[in-house]
Amino acid sequence: MPAPIRLRELIRTIRTARTQAEEREMIQKECAAIRSSFREEDNTYRCRNVAKLLYMHMLGYPAHFGQLECLKLIASQKFTDKRIGYLGAMLLLDERQDVHLLMTNCIKNDLNHSTQYVQGLALCTLGCMGSSEMCRDLAGEVEKLLKTSNSYLRKKAALCAVHVIRKVPELMEMFLPATKNLLNEKNHGVLHTSVVLLTEMCERSPDMLAHFRKVKQLSSSQLVPQLVRILKNLIMSGYSPEHDVSGISDPFLQVRILRLLRILGRNDDDSSEAMNDILAQVATNTETSKNVGNAILYETVLTIMDIKSESGLRVLAINILGRFLLNNDKNIRYVALTSLLKTVQTDHNAVQRHRSTIVDCLKDLDVSIKRRAMELSFALVNGNNVRGMMKELLYFLDSCEPEFKADCASGIFLAAEKYAPSKRWHIDTIMRVLTTAGSYVRDDAVPNLIQLITNSVEMHAYTVQRLYKAILGDYSQQPLVQVASWCIGEYGDLLVSGQCEEEEPIQVTEDEVLDILESVLISNMSASVTRGYALTAIMKLSTRFTCTVNRIKKVVSIYGSSIDVELQQRAVEYNALFKKYDHMRPALLERMPVMEKVTTNGPTEIVQTNGETETAVLETKPPPSGLQPASQANDLLDLLGGSDITPVIPTAPASKPASAGGELLDLLGDLNLTGSPVSAPAPQIAQPPFLLDGLSSQPLFNDIATGIPSITAYNKNGLKIDFTFERSNTNPSVTVITIQASNSTELDMTDFVFQAAVPKTFQLQLLSPSSSVIPAFNSGTITQVIKVLNPQKQQLRMRIKLTYNHKGSAMQDLAEVNNFPAQSWQ
Amino acid sequence: IHFILLFSRQGKLRLQKWYTTLPDKEKKKIVREIVQMILSRNQKTSSFVDWKDLKLVYKRYASLYFCCAIEDQDNELLTLEVVHRYVELLDRYFGNVCELDIIFNFEKAYFILDEFIIGGEVQETSKRSAVKAIEESDMLQETVEEYMNKPAF
Repeated sequence: MPAPIRLRELIRTIRTARTQAEEREMIQKECAAIRSSFREEDNTYRCRNVAKLLYMHMLGYPAHFGQLECLKLIASQKFTDKRIGYLGAMLLLDERQDVHLLMTNCIKNDLNHSTQYVQGLALCTLGCMGSSEMCRDLAGEVEKLLKTSNSYLRKKAALCAVHVIRKVPELMEMFLPATKNLLNEKNHGVLHTSVVLLTEMCERSPDMLAHFRKVKQLSSSQLVPQLVRILKNLIMSGYSPEHDVSGISDPFLQVRILRLLRILGRNDDDSSEAMNDILAQVATNTETSKNVGNAILYETVLTIMDIKSESGLRVLAINILGRFLLNNDKNIRYVALTSLLKTVQTDHNAVQRHRSTIVDCLKDLDVSIKRRAMELSFALVNGNNVRGMMKELLYFLDSCEPEFKADCASGIFLAAEKYAPSKRWHIDTIMRVLTTAGSYVRDDAVPNLIQLITNSVEMHAYTVQRLYKAILGDYSQQPLVQVASWCIGEYGDLLVSGQCEEEEPIQVTEDEVLDILESVLISNMSASVTRGYALTAIMKLSTRFTCTVNRIKKVVSIYGSSIDVELQQRAVEYNALFKKYDHMRPALLERMPVMEKVTTNGPTEIVQTNGETETAVLETKPPPSGLQPASQANDLLDLLGGSDITPVIPTAPASKPASAGGELLDLLGDLNLTGSPVSAPAPQIAQPPFLLDGLSSQPLFNDIATGIPSITAYNKNGLKIDFTFERSNTNPSVTVITIQASNSTELDMTDFVFQAAVPKTFQLQLLSPSSSVIPAFNSGTITQVIKVLNPQKQQLRMRIKLTYNHKGSAMQDLAEVNNFPAQSWQ
Repeated sequence: IHFILLFSRQGKLRLQKWYTTLPDKEKKKIVREIVQMILSRNQKTSSFVDWKDLKLVYKRYASLYFCCAIEDQDNELLTLEVVHRYVELLDRYFGNVCELDIIFNFEKAYFILDEFIIGGEVQETSKRSAVKAIEESDMLQETVEEYMNKPAF
């Protein structure tokens, strides 16, 4: 068989291939030749073949069949073989391969080889990719070599030790004795790698760190002074051609020493004090014209900021960073911004001085620099500079890349909230954000904004006018449209009456307002959520507008057959409001009161999404029987958390038969209930745990007062209803009752509906039941949650009404529950 | 340093050195991703890119891109110096190094790198010492003709 072609030949040949396919063909041919050569156990050319294989591997072709060959090469006596063999091992035999461990013995032998270059190969391979087992086996050898006087090997052994420690941290102790006199070397290579080793040990183990801080090194001085001395020599010494880089002596070593000093000085006064001088010296004497000098300065600054340095030094450091910011070199500006970001918390005032430069960086072309400048700018905003900063940031928002807009918008909102000098400024700022970056604003911003607007009562007219003008032109930005719809719905009357004080009032008619809302409803660009907002807004206007009520009615009834389920449900319910509950409409749709910011009492989300919750409550899961009217009647009970008491519902005539709503009103009538729906179809945040919790089905409190005995409220005809109680320690006027209904008869009870009413001083909320069927023989239960608000801590009484189907006939019963335990209401 | 990549303007890989363990597929994916990212950056941008939890430091020398991935606490500016030093070493060894040298003598490029960096850390800060070590190793090679310094075109 002819000699396999040489490596360079192969490379040349492959490069002549004009297409990918041609290349593949050549490679396959060569691979086949190599494979057969391997099979023949050809020692002479193995090295050549593996080299070729490595080249093909780099091109992306599979080369695993060469793994064992690498092992053979490593085991060979020839240096050439070993060189290629170890290279192949590093490229092909990482620790995930099965044959990886087979290397261990070879490496062990080579670590003790007579030729230092062979030893070097072994150390290098072990240090680059040795697995944990290998490291464990060979750590002893490495440690031995760490103590040798041969500096070529010593430096490699040090880095090998670093790798061992990274793989098997427990072995760190083993290398400790060898480190004692590592720093006495003159050889820079050894010095450098020793510093790396010490750094690794100190970073990994606080014990080691303490040890190195205190214990005297071999040359009878401690580590920190020793490092300081070495560093000083580097700076002061004259030109040394071997290690010079642009006039600076061994910058690599300088930087590593600075980094080690940083770790030693962190949180340690003594060490920090010992290094103050040298740090100042490095900071002032280093040449800054080239990147090298700046690299050293950068590391110095990082060290100064991290240790317990004196304030003069810190100011010096920040000024260096300030100078970096003005540097033409992008990389240096980048690095400066990153460091400033880290220090802005601790040295806020010093960084403030460079604010204008930082703001200028917002206009830089590099994306990473812009991002850092933006983050830093937000960190620097405070009460004094908020107006100026905001102007810059808003301008930035206008012109920045889309990936920034969301973060920038959120940042602006946060900053505006904290530092707004006036309500009008705040609202203006929000408007500006919504109009420039409306579609990038995060979802949770919308409810926050709505809350903010509600709370600035005197600005309502101004706000609604501006929002109206904003969406007149363009209603594609969803968050903007949502907020605008909500506001128009609430304050449409102010808009139409032209009452604005802050600005020239505009003349708007009711029809024009409805026009815009309807366009939002129809538009393809509007998301489903937005449409919901618009529809609700239209509905609210029915109480605020005087001449267009019929138009509103028409719109609402059209959407009763909308394909969108959400819209349809809303429309149908609003329709029902028009038809059956017209007397309640004004009350339901009244203006929203000022909201407090919710602090969590329950685990449910702090849902400020008024747009959603408005109608969510109306839609509180109707009982499985799916009776629409029943759900609304339930809602009547649900909506009882109101802080504003509004007109009493006139009790409906008692003779109403099938409608469950009517019967409930009966119940209510009996008890003379002033229970009123809330002033607006929205949860009153003044009672946070009550209704917000109601949006989820679990009435969990974080701090439940346990130990309240449960009672059997009703037990007749095989139907038993038990009440269990929960009360919150933080909100003792709320009692949560969980009812469990069980059926001991031999037939199921179906269409089970549980209703309850309470005396005047209480408020009640009924959540939807788990099902409407109680299986027979006590094999299952229906659970349902009732929440009772008892602010006056009066004795709890309740009247309950049960309806169900059993044995083919409809059953119904009324009962009064008086046996509530004292702990449930006291 | 987690890994070092050398690639051409067309995206062809000329050298890859990994100091962490990853499956082959993963490596290929990473290489593709990074090459694409760096080639798409224009002249005006900085040499640093945030990538996953690492920082990428890259620099172009003639037709070759040199890219290092470093950890958060490593000094980016110094890494630029490290890259520069490697190029200097190659230059000293090959004499006016160009991309072709690295293509045809890729195994030497690896050897030189291994004399400069082990396990992701610099081992020798003196140019002279590093190159001397390579040259002496070369002398030990039994079949000199196989590994001439300069390729015979």
